[in-house]
Amino acid sequence: MSAYIIRRLIYMLVVLFVVAGITFTLMHAVPGGPFDNEKQLPPEIQANKEKYYHLNDPLYLQFFSYLSEVTIPRVTTQPPSLRADDDYLLNLKIGNYWLKWMNFGPSYASRSRTVNDIFRDQLPVSFQLGTFAVLIAVMIGAPLGIFSALNHNKWPDYLGIGLAIMGVSVPTIVLGPILVLIFGVWLKWLPPSGWGAKPPFVLGLFPSGLGWDYFKYAVLPSFVLGFGSSAVIARLTRASLLQVVSDDYIRTARAKGLTERAIITVHALKNALIPVVTVLGPLFAALVTGTFITELVFGIPGLGKYFVTSISNRDYPVIMGTILLYAVFLVISNLVVDIIYAYLDPRIRYN
Amino acid sequence: MATATAKTLRHSANQPVRTKSRSLWQEAMGRLVRNRAALTGGIIIILLVLTAIFADFIAPFPYDKQSLLHANAVPTWITKVFPWLQLYAVPGEQFPMGADAVGRDLFSRIVYGTRVSLAVAFIGPIISLFIGVIYGSISGFFGGRIDNIMMRVVDVLYAFPGLLFIILLMAFFRTTLAQPEPGTFAYYVGELDAKFGGLLFIMIGIGLTGWETQARVTRGQVLSVREKEYIEAARTIGATNRRIMFRHILPNILGPLIVLETLSIPSYIYTEAFLSFIGLGVNPPTPSWGSMISDGSRALRAYPNQAIFPALALAITMFAFNFLGDGLRDALEPRLRGTQG
Repeated sequence: MSAYIIRRLIYMLVVLFVVAGITFTLMHAVPGGPFDNEKQLPPEIQANKEKYYHLNDPLYLQFFSYLSEVTIPRVTTQPPSLRADDDYLLNLKIGNYWLKWMNFGPSYASRSRTVNDIFRDQLPVSFQLGTFAVLIAVMIGAPLGIFSALNHNKWPDYLGIGLAIMGVSVPTIVLGPILVLIFGVWLKWLPPSGWGAKPPFVLGLFPSGLGWDYFKYAVLPSFVLGFGSSAVIARLTRASLLQVVSDDYIRTARAKGLTERAIITVHALKNALIPVVTVLGPLFAALVTGTFITELVFGIPGLGKYFVTSISNRDYPVIMGTILLYAVFLVISNLVVDIIYAYLDPRIRYN
Repeated sequence: MATATAKTLRHSANQPVRTKSRSLWQEAMGRLVRNRAALTGGIIIILLVLTAIFADFIAPFPYDKQSLLHANAVPTWITKVFPWLQLYAVPGEQFPMGADAVGRDLFSRIVYGTRVSLAVAFIGPIISLFIGVIYGSISGFFGGRIDNIMMRVVDVLYAFPGLLFIILLMAFFRTTLAQPEPGTFAYYVGELDAKFGGLLFIMIGIGLTGWETQARVTRGQVLSVREKEYIEAARTIGATNRRIMFRHILPNILGPLIVLETLSIPSYIYTEAFLSFIGLGVNPPTPSWGSMISDGSRALRAYPNQAIFPALALAITMFAFNFLGDGLRDALEPRLRGTQG
């Protein structure tokens, strides 16, 4: 198992390197630069800015200096300063030395904010929203799937599948504004926009207070995000439960005279939910990072908008940072899922 | 229901007395028609196609006809549903669903918007199917090292956030081909895109980002079919690789591919709506439901009708394709009913 994990980790690094390479190539292939404004800058200033951000260096040099800034830890005697180019995600004091790691670079759109600032202030909001959404997706999807499977080919089954199809059919750009209109504007039960937590965050990710003042902001957007994904989980749960119920060991359980409830809850569900775990990995990565529309509709200060604005602004470090962040989330959550999978199902052995 | 009918069909196939033999596809068709949800979906899609074709006759106004006197106009029946609109809305009986902020008829724009959504729904799959099937079947057919490398490439592409990739591609297309030299290839592509109202690049982008799953499924199918006896038989009588591929393998793996593609149509429609929503989609004034929802949600409180109607149109269309896709899966693979996301 540990050999497998090490192999997977190496493979992950290769994937991340390739993702970084493709993104870098693609974004530099898009014509236009970060400082091509409609108001033309004086050429000297433009040249100075480009020189300051090393945009005149050969592309391969830019790429490898970016990679080294991100991946190779620095050891200096200098304590962390407030300068934008000295902003590392990790700062450790060891004796008289400082270990600094992961500098994702500046944001061209702002002179004082760096990509690390975006990770510090905006990522936690998206992370919280995405986590709630995954929870809601599972809380709606799994019972719906079980309910459908237990009433296979009867009307509750059709109702469950219909609901699941509704979940995938009503997109965020439709459901979001309508829910804001009903609950935020007409009924005034919930705030129509905003988020209940502000930086600094506990451990860099979690909100400091968990009261209604926090949750009331999260209810609508998490529901909108989670509802769409619950369909996937419902269908998967239903299919896998249906398959498990026809297995031999369930027949054995029936033959022993167990009650239907005991058969389903003790024997069938445990195995039926294993495949569901596999979709949670990609789902989590997508919901934590790719919540652009929901954040736009609900005015949530999350990461989503940087995915889009960074591209139209040619804000190269932000593009690299956000795409790499997504890729890291995806490969890590996939690895975690695979490990959990092997743990849940002892028949699976990775070699 | 569908499994039950499948069983009776199979049962009747064992009966010695049979008047007419039916092909697999005919059987599937029969199962599909008997599935009421799928049938409804199919009928809605046919109606949508007709709407798109005859949009010129159905829409009371051209989609770009502005009338600033009737900006945000609302017909009487809508003021009955949303009473507060009486206080400030401009009356406009000639607009069945009201008018938008520059006085264009919403109903006409929704009707014309069908064209955009359906074009994406039908052409996006063709591109992604084309790339995915070729890629996947090469990978599965040759196997070994080629297969390994090709599938690793797909793995890497999976690690990209899809929408982000498409936004990058759109930015690339739009700026590269913004003002090309007349006479060059880029110029003609740009012209073509302008004729489609900006739709061409959207479809290319969707096709280029949507093929990975197709490729994986195709590969899996090819791998499972490759070892079958009839392929062996074809090989012994000296059939070429190409012939085996196109005559023997492809027809046998088509079912799952069609199902997968139908089920991914809603996500293509949604991608277009999303791109238009954030302003990277079709060029104005070409109407797209996504951009209409985006415009409408800005005036959500004052004029809810401007967002609700295009939203309904989008949701109904996605419903229809989802139901049809679900039904197709039941019909083509009765055993798999309810599996796959």
